[in-house]
Formats: sequence, C-alpha cells, structure tokens
Amino acid sequence: MTDDIMPTTTTAPALARPRGARGSRVSLWLPPLVLLALIIGSVYLVNFLLGKRNFLLPQPHVVFQVYFDPKNGPAIFEALLHSAEVALVGLMIAIALGVLWAIAMNSAKWVERTTFPYAVILQSIPILAIMPLIGFWFGYDFAARVIVCVLIALFPMVSNTLFGLQSVDRGHRELFLLQGASAWTILSKLELPAALPAIFAGARISAGLAVVGAIVGDFFFQRGTPGIGALISKYGARLQSPELFASILVASLFGVLIFLFFGWLGRRAVGKWYDFG
Amino acid sequence: MASTATKALLDFTDVQMTFPDGTVALSGVDLTVSRGEFVTVVGPSGCGKSTLLRIASGLETASHGTVELDTTRIGYVFQDATLLPWRTVQANVELLAELHGTSKAERLAKAKEAIDLVGLTGFEKHLPRALSGGMRMRTSLARSLTLDPEIFLFDEPFGALDEITRERLNDELLKLFAEKQFAGLFITHSVSEAVYLSTKVVVMSGRPGTIVDTFEVPFDMPRDPEIRFTGEFAGLVGKISHALREGHN
Repeated sequence: MTDDIMPTTTTAPALARPRGARGSRVSLWLPPLVLLALIIGSVYLVNFLLGKRNFLLPQPHVVFQVYFDPKNGPAIFEALLHSAEVALVGLMIAIALGVLWAIAMNSAKWVERTTFPYAVILQSIPILAIMPLIGFWFGYDFAARVIVCVLIALFPMVSNTLFGLQSVDRGHRELFLLQGASAWTILSKLELPAALPAIFAGARISAGLAVVGAIVGDFFFQRGTPGIGALISKYGARLQSPELFASILVASLFGVLIFLFFGWLGRRAVGKWYDFG
Repeated sequence: MASTATKALLDFTDVQMTFPDGTVALSGVDLTVSRGEFVTVVGPSGCGKSTLLRIASGLETASHGTVELDTTRIGYVFQDATLLPWRTVQANVELLAELHGTSKAERLAKAKEAIDLVGLTGFEKHLPRALSGGMRMRTSLARSLTLDPEIFLFDEPFGALDEITRERLNDELLKLFAEKQFAGLFITHSVSEAVYLSTKVVVMSGRPGTIVDTFEVPFDMPRDPEIRFTGEFAGLVGKISHALREGHN
C-alpha cells in the first residue's frame, strides 16, 4: 500500500492485518515443527548410540511419561507453579519500580544524573555474587527469591522506559508547550503513550529474566515450598535424568510462554499504531 | 477593514536572535502582520525564517528587540503534521481543546466543524498512519482551527508534499483565509507559493537573517487558481526571485 493512496471509508481497518495472514500461518509454524521433529528423531538416535550411557540423554517418551508419574509429575507442576508465582510477583514489582524510576529520572535531570549510574551498576553486579547477602538479609524463602527476580529484571524496565520517555518527538513536545500544558499533562498525554512500545519491549525482556531469577533463587533459597529450580538441582544430584529433563522442559516452556504473552500484550496495546515485533 | 488594520496583531521591532553558540540567526528584523493580512517570508534555508516564527509563537525568546502579539489565539502549523500516532483523526483534532480543558460536547462540535472545513469528514476514525501526507497535513490544520486562531503561524507546512497536493492545499488555505479572516504568517522557500497565498511577501537573506525587501501582492481575494499562469503573476515571482538571489550574494 503506497502512502498516498486515499483509503476508502468503508475498508478502514484494512491496515490492521496484512491480507493472507491466515494462509501464511502454516508457513509460519511448519518449519520450526519440522525442525522439532528432526531434533526428537536425533535424540532417539543419540540415545541408541550411547548404549549403556543413555541416561545422559533419555528417550523423549520416557521424559514425557514423567508428567504422568504420580510420584514426580504433580511435584514438578506444583514446583513450577510456585516458581511462576515468584517470577510473576518479582516481574510486577520490577515493572512498577522500573517505570516509576524512569518517570522520576525523566521529570528531573538531577534525579537521572544522581541515580542512573546505579541502575547501570545494578545491571553489572553478578547476581550470584550477592546471593548469600540476599539470603542473609531477607531469609531463605519467598521474599528472597522475589528480590532476586526484581534485581535481575529491573534494569531493562528502567532503561527502556527512560529511552521511550525521552525519545518523544520535539515537534510533539512543542505542540504541547505552545498550549501551556503542565508537566503532568505532557507526561500522561504524550510521554507515557509514546513510551508504551518501549515499555512493552522492556517488559518482554524482563519477563524472561524474571523466570531466570526465580530458578536461580530456587537453587539458593530452598526453605519453604520448593520451586522448580530446587527440583532441577535435586534430580541433577540424584542422576534422575528423565525427571531432570522433564523439569527443565517445563521451566523452559514457562519462559517461552511468558515471553509470548508479553509480545501478545504489547501487540494488543500498541499494535494498531506501532509495529510491535 | 481600515480601522482594524491599523493595529498590528504581531509586531516585531529590531529583533535580533543570537544563539548560545554565538550564531546570529536574525538581525534588525522589523515586521508587522495586521488583521486581514497574509504575510509570507521567503528566504534561503538556514536564513532564520523558522526562528522568526518560533519567536512569534513564544517557543523562543528574542535576544534583542521587542515582539508584541495582540492575541492569545495563535494557530501554529509545524513542518510535520505532528499528529499523535495513537490517536485517531478525531482525537488528534480534539487534542488542543482538550489541553485547554474544553468540555467533551464542545470539543466534539469544534472538531466536527474543523474536520468538515478541511474536507476530512468520513476519516474521523482513521489513525494517522492510514492517511496520506496531504491528509495528515489537513488533520494538523483542522487541529489548529479548533482554537479559532486570530493569527496563524505556518512553518513550511507543505514543504514535504508533492506538487499537486501542495497546490490543492494552497487553494484550500486561501479559502479558509477568506472564510475565517485570520491573519497569517507563512514561511516557505517556494516563491510561487508565497505569491499565490499572500497579501505581502517578505524576502530574507541569510546569516544573519535580515529582511532585504518587501513586496505587496496586488491580486484580489478570493483568488482564482488560474492567476498562477498570468504574466503579472510570473512577473512578480521573477522580481521576488531576483531579490532572493541578490540577497543571497
């Protein structure tokens, strides 16, 4: 569609989705599915070639059966649910904190000058190095695991939101200034809406990181209900390879799901006017 | 008309603009725009034409000289349409009234009238990205019209449009000018656009920007698009282009 063709009034939403989206869905999903089949096939092959050492790479159907095993199946899903809760709580806190922090930096230059270096430092601290300290201060339970998630997921929210707020077009800003708009009006009617694509892009990155944070937290802080990370570490130590693979698989799937969810949410929120990837 | 025309709406006296880096953008500029006048400033790019407009609107403050503006109802049309991409045509046109705290009902009525005036009726629900460049500029015009401006400041609004769209928008702007009786201060680098639209053309030279010549445009309003092809029109365009070249050298 060229820029200068006048859209007719009756077919206004034609721009919402390119035509043939339904037809292209097959070509979108088929190649990765074929690849998946190939990978599963080669796992069987490698399993066969390993002979006695085939516990290193268990057969996929054996891994799948773990989910229906009454001893381990429910435990895995329960642990996953618990880690998901930690990740989501941490993510929500990181999103709220990150957006508020960025708004504060955007509204006063001195806040940015004073605190942004610490956002960068926060990002550079090796999280594993401060795990003992977090446990030491906040205990070895839910709260500590959530804090790990927040620490790991905060930076992308801060930097993306700040970038979004500050990338507002100069002409747009002047349009508001000419009408004597207040800082609050400019924030709520111009800067925040303009920053939404960047905020959602940040949330998608942070979501993935929050899942990593939850699992890392599980490894270190095992008091209370165990998370999926605790199970992974237990199965690994006991060489229960089908259970280990089954746990890793659901943890990964959860990461993918939450990534897809935020992509979907972003498209829902700004897809009409912004090409959200 | 004569009684109202005596008092200038916008009055620049000996205006100078020096930027912090030492660049002198404008120097000794005297310029008035009265009710019923449509003044166009032409000049080479970088001569400070836009700065002139930014000072008039209050976006920048002159470093020397006085600027008097006898109204608060100012329409400002930017080089780009500056529409908010997440707002529909309707919501974009309503924006300025919304910023002034106008009631929803009044906003709707104003937007409807303005959208109608620029010929965008039926496109209210479209987002800017579904519009052509010309239609975006119309939306931008409509947005300013909701303020019911006494003076309109135009910063090369049609510079990015193709020739045909530009001429059509020029015709519509003239029609709006005749209908709404606002004063206009228009910036362009197209001499024929300047002559066609204006009652007065001001020629600027660059670095520092000074006014080198002023031409009254003798054609009556409303204007017939065909005057663009008359000898008199071409003669005036020639004279102004000549002044531009002189000022440039």
